Amino acid sequence: MTDILLSLSGLTKAYPGVVANDDVSFDIGTGEVHALLGENGAGKSTLVKMIYGLVKPDSGEMTLRGRSYAPAEPRAARADGIAMVFQHFSLFDALNVGENIALGMEQPPRMRDLADRIRAVSETYGLPLDPFRVVGDLSAGERQRVEIVRCLLQDPKLLIMDEPTSVLTPQEVDILFATLRKLRADGTSILYISHKLEEIRRLCDTATILRLGRKVGTCVPRDTTARDMAEMMVGSSLKTPQRAGRDLGPVALELQGFSAAAPSAFGTALKKVEFRVHAGELLGIGGVAGNGQDELLAVLSGEIRGTEGSLRLKGADIGGLGPRARRAAGLLTAPEERLGHAAAPNMSLTENAMLTGAVRERLETRGFLKWGAARAFATRIIAGFDVRTPGPDNAARSLSGGNLQKFVIGREVLQRPEVLVVNQPTWGVDAAAAAAIRQALLDLAAGGAAVVVISQDLDELMEICDRFGALNEGRLSPTRAVGDLSVEEIGLMMGGAHGMEVADV
Amino acid sequence: MDLTAINPVLLVASLMVAATPLLLAAIGELVVEKSGVLNLGVEGMMIVGAICGFAMAVESGSPMLGFAAAAAGGALLSLLFALLTQVALANQVASGLALTLFGLGLSALLGQGYVGVKPPPSPRLDLPGLSDLPVVGPILFGHDPILYLGVVLTACVWVMLKFTRAGLILRAVGESHDAAHALGYPVVRIRILAIMFGGACAGLGGAYISLIRVPQWTEGMTAGIGWIALALVVFASWKPWRALLGAYLFGGVTVMQLNLQAAGVAIPVEYLAMSPYLVTILVLVILSADRSGAPAALGRIFHASN
Repeated sequence: MTDILLSLSGLTKAYPGVVANDDVSFDIGTGEVHALLGENGAGKSTLVKMIYGLVKPDSGEMTLRGRSYAPAEPRAARADGIAMVFQHFSLFDALNVGENIALGMEQPPRMRDLADRIRAVSETYGLPLDPFRVVGDLSAGERQRVEIVRCLLQDPKLLIMDEPTSVLTPQEVDILFATLRKLRADGTSILYISHKLEEIRRLCDTATILRLGRKVGTCVPRDTTARDMAEMMVGSSLKTPQRAGRDLGPVALELQGFSAAAPSAFGTALKKVEFRVHAGELLGIGGVAGNGQDELLAVLSGEIRGTEGSLRLKGADIGGLGPRARRAAGLLTAPEERLGHAAAPNMSLTENAMLTGAVRERLETRGFLKWGAARAFATRIIAGFDVRTPGPDNAARSLSGGNLQKFVIGREVLQRPEVLVVNQPTWGVDAAAAAAIRQALLDLAAGGAAVVVISQDLDELMEICDRFGALNEGRLSPTRAVGDLSVEEIGLMMGGAHGMEVADV
Repeated sequence: MDLTAINPVLLVASLMVAATPLLLAAIGELVVEKSGVLNLGVEGMMIVGAICGFAMAVESGSPMLGFAAAAAGGALLSLLFALLTQVALANQVASGLALTLFGLGLSALLGQGYVGVKPPPSPRLDLPGLSDLPVVGPILFGHDPILYLGVVLTACVWVMLKFTRAGLILRAVGESHDAAHALGYPVVRIRILAIMFGGACAGLGGAYISLIRVPQWTEGMTAGIGWIALALVVFASWKPWRALLGAYLFGGVTVMQLNLQAAGVAIPVEYLAMSPYLVTILVLVILSADRSGAPAALGRIFHASN
């Protein structure tokens, strides 16, 4: 082990009603890539915020290069050589790359000099960037580059990365890892937060595992299996989703050559999208965010109305029908955005259950609501999907992301869909809840329903899906059986290599 | 009808006077909105500025002291708005509307003793030689200092927003307060300062009406200029020079239609009276077709909890 850069001892931080961090201690060595692992709510973010000076610890202390370290604000942390790349990008869409970077610096040079430095640093680390492009026009990977370059320009000693790969294609992940390895070789320490265990095994030297705010273990990721690390995170043995052998039925849903203009200025136009999915089959649709996923879901849910004959459900034309009629026919959807799209934040779980369940669960008669039945339905979802909430009268907003996601998926699954379309079913959901949701989707397919999973999590798609297609700039690649695909081919599909030879089986 | 009675030189000179209250209020509100705050209380701050400035000028005999008091009064009232929206996290639309109603009432109360009083005259720029030039003299060199201040302020705000770090930070706060907070910028403090700047500008604009444009005090004398300023900021796409253009256009059509009325043009007075509003909004709507958007965090409440 090399010498220690940052040492944490006994860090504790409590919020009203919850202890976010309880007596956490560990060391980060110079030039070490240190992973911080844990489920949602394990206290990773709070810990990192204390290191970065956004939150003050209640007790405990930090030592940086042997000296006491207690940053009052991020500025002080940056001055001490600590830089952070945020999980949700902290960029300003309307400003250009150079301005965004200047905002993160204490003494920014003049814009022309800064542009030169940005170009120099981004070339050195293989992250090409144009300083004068407006950030709102950049892809997720490029936006992340902006954040990383912003940090690198300050010559950091410790770089904190919060879930950096969740929005990247495999190729972009490789580029990022190459950059991080180069940084490590230059003596920079990296604190890497993720719940993608395979990535941690590829990249990190040491891992600290948090559960419910406490440190529960340390391991060397290279020598530990992903399963062992996951079980340390969860604190119990983890159920891997079980895929039952099943027979494919007739075509359940068929979309034919569908094109649609972009619904908004920042939307994506769909170009001749077509696929078919059989009863009992799980179709995975991958792709980097913003390549038409939301629009595809809207087309299937009926929010974007199609033309007659464009969409067939078990042979019947439903292209011209609206969302309610489609639900009645058995095509259910769960969109990505939990608060505001899939659920109404300020309404209770009962009301939210009513919103999509009314048609199929007969929660209304002649326009009058059946509150008793709706409440029973909501209670059934809560019980069936282990939604942690005091009861069905709580507002959707009060649930954590993972719990609300379980509720949203459970609500659709329990309506016995013929075809279920979900977008990002496990986005921001911890390992145990994600496994439960995936299992529910698999069970649904085993029961004879067709399931379309739109997701940016490739591991998830590879784990549960039978066939895979990728969206790129509104085009859907031909779908292919998952078993025949290599990572390189998936990357090419996501990157939009349409001319690729297609072995459609 | 006698259109020859309209003197183009005097017309231009007086349109600048007519436009200045609107310009001052709009520039202030532009800065406020750039920081991500929507203050609908411009009208209230203007009228409070109008009476504060008027009262101080009458009592002290110095119009310049009056303007200083107007700026202070407007800023003080805006501080109330800042406390409500930035500290108590109240809804900005409701708070702004309340501020206008409160300002109208407060100004009527303060102004009770000043109806019918004449304020001291404001000094005019008088550069020997230059001010006597034909055409150029009355248009460029014959005005009061506050009018020039309005133009200088527009230039300063433009330079500040476009070329300085302070302006960049202000825009950043208005674009995404969460990201700005994550980088360690004091979002609330920056916004309170912006709100106070907006209040001071609105106060100056109000006092310009009561001390120079219509040198007297009457209740509700700002007559909706604050609302026009709000619309102007939006239609000017949050760009200072466009706000200036819009304000001068509005002032120009206002003065023009008054002249036309005086000249006895055969158009009903009501149509002439509505023409400044119509023309200004029409032109600015056409100009704002380039879709430079509003500050992304405009009107959203910031709380540093997460």
